[in-house]
Amino acid sequence: MQKYSAFELFKRALGGHQGWERQWRQPALKPAYDAVIIGAGGHGLATAYYLAKEHGVRNVAVIERGWLGGGNTGRNTTIIRSNYLFDESAALYDHALKIWDTLSQDINYNVMYSARGVMMLAHTVHDVQSAKRHIHANRLNGVDNEWLTPEQAKEFCPPLNISQNIRYPIMGAALQRRGGTARHDAVAWGYARAADALGVDIIQNCEVTGIRRDASGAVEAVETTKGVVRTKKVGVVAAGHTSVVMAMAGLRMPLESYPLQALVSEPVKPAFPCVVMSNTIHAYISQSDKGELVIGAGTDAYTSYSQRGALHITEHTLDAICELFPMFRRMRMLRNWGGIVDVTPDRSPILSKTAVPGLYVNCGWGTGGFKATPGSGHVFAHTIARDEPHPINAPFTLDRFRDGYLIDEAAAAAVAH
Amino acid sequence: MLIINCPICGPRPEIEFRYGGEAHVARPAGTETLDDQTVADRLYMRTNPKGLHFERWRHAHGCGKYFNAVRDTVSDFFVTTYKAGEPKPDVAALLKDQAR
Ligand SMILES: Cc1cc2nc3c(=O)[nH]c(=O)nc-3n(C[C@H](O)[C@H](O)[C@H](O)COP(=O)(O)OP(=O)(O)OC[C@H]3O[C@@H](n4cnc5c(N)ncnc54)[C@H](O)[C@@H]3O)c2cc1C
Ligand SMILES: [Zn+2]
Repeated sequence: MQKYSAFELFKRALGGHQGWERQWRQPALKPAYDAVIIGAGGHGLATAYYLAKEHGVRNVAVIERGWLGGGNTGRNTTIIRSNYLFDESAALYDHALKIWDTLSQDINYNVMYSARGVMMLAHTVHDVQSAKRHIHANRLNGVDNEWLTPEQAKEFCPPLNISQNIRYPIMGAALQRRGGTARHDAVAWGYARAADALGVDIIQNCEVTGIRRDASGAVEAVETTKGVVRTKKVGVVAAGHTSVVMAMAGLRMPLESYPLQALVSEPVKPAFPCVVMSNTIHAYISQSDKGELVIGAGTDAYTSYSQRGALHITEHTLDAICELFPMFRRMRMLRNWGGIVDVTPDRSPILSKTAVPGLYVNCGWGTGGFKATPGSGHVFAHTIARDEPHPINAPFTLDRFRDGYLIDEAAAAAVAH
Repeated sequence: MLIINCPICGPRPEIEFRYGGEAHVARPAGTETLDDQTVADRLYMRTNPKGLHFERWRHAHGCGKYFNAVRDTVSDFFVTTYKAGEPKPDVAALLKDQAR
């Protein structure tokens, strides 16, 4: 792998930027692998990278029906935070947050992680109580989170409208300073390049169409549009399509797939210093390094695989943005799009072994899995390599729905992202 | 925005409705004797198909009634809607009719 550095950039500049290597190969699918990952989103690619790097499992294929990073990874609004309520969640998301800190160095790829602070607004007495409960729980878990008065919130984010005359006046905010954003595409590309360099084959434009099991019921091969691949270990990391893929092995999942939309404005000079989220009025916003305002909505009402949602959902979000940040009222929106997010009943992910030997699943990240990409790949690789969960993902089993050990972030906050 | 045909009131815009999740998920009889997996299957496991989906809707800002629908989750096209309590319609026949 050609190492990226300031020196290398300088050297290539002298040569007119000729001779940069391709970032990853375009290998042909081999007849057999030690492990196959279904889905080349951030989580699947990170899983393959840590399988190769930390567990020496390098004969791995990541199989992707479209192009790598073209699923939710390339469609999300990139908010990173770890201020979840329950101990299990705090451990999982904070594990990821710690990896974000040094990820660019580790994979030699600038993922543009920017800990600019994530501020979550409270508009009702219930919001205030819930935010404070989160702050206390987070601090007990060593996760930073602090309460701001409306005036302090405005000091942190000057465009914020803290007037008492709006429909849902701001009563305060919870701020996680270590939270922030990263560049979504760079996360997929960086993990792809690093995994490829360790020998992982990334096979794009290849859909998995079947999972074959032997007489004992264990996984023996996957069928794809480019042929059959023998393997004893399959990791399903297919986000919105997880139910469809798991059905190939005869398993039903506690998942529903919903459209989730986002949009960006025309690019402007730096005007917005942090990430602001409001779960009560369904809006969140940050500014990308390109200058676009990145705005996200809540999920659409009904399950769908259409990768698009209804306009009234984004309109509702823009109403909220205009009320919270009046200076953006005359901004024009450039593009909007949707992704398909796989939602669990307790809004916590599933990183788990399954009833089928050799079949592992990493799903249910719903509206908020980008932030967990490095940590998720790290513990899921451990689960696949050792055939047992890492202590951090041990609670996130599929069996928790049978055994009643839900990790109910849904009831805790009803938050998105 | 979708136009949804309430079996009582007729076609109305999506914002008048609330989505009610998968339809025909029957509660198994004999609650006292059910094992955990059966209870979990009913409570949490969903078909979540890519294709035709039997689902519940409620005309919340209209007649207030729950009803069922068959929708293609790839195109969001409604094949049909029918009253709650009615059996699953013969979708194959309906699609053939509509193609004609
Ligand atoms: C609009 C939007 C905004 C979001 N905002 C945030 C946010 O601010 N913060 C945050 O933390 N999270 C956010 N999320 C959620 C986040 O994007 C996801 O949780 C995360 O990216 C999931 O990553 P993944 O790698 O699991 O899935 P994906 O990136 O979707 O990858 C799954 C891949 O599997 C492939 N696949 C599916 N079926 C098959 C098959 N049969 N064969 C081969 N390949 C297959 C797909 O093509 C896809 O590329 C947002 C999501 C959306 C849609
Ligand atoms: Zn009606």
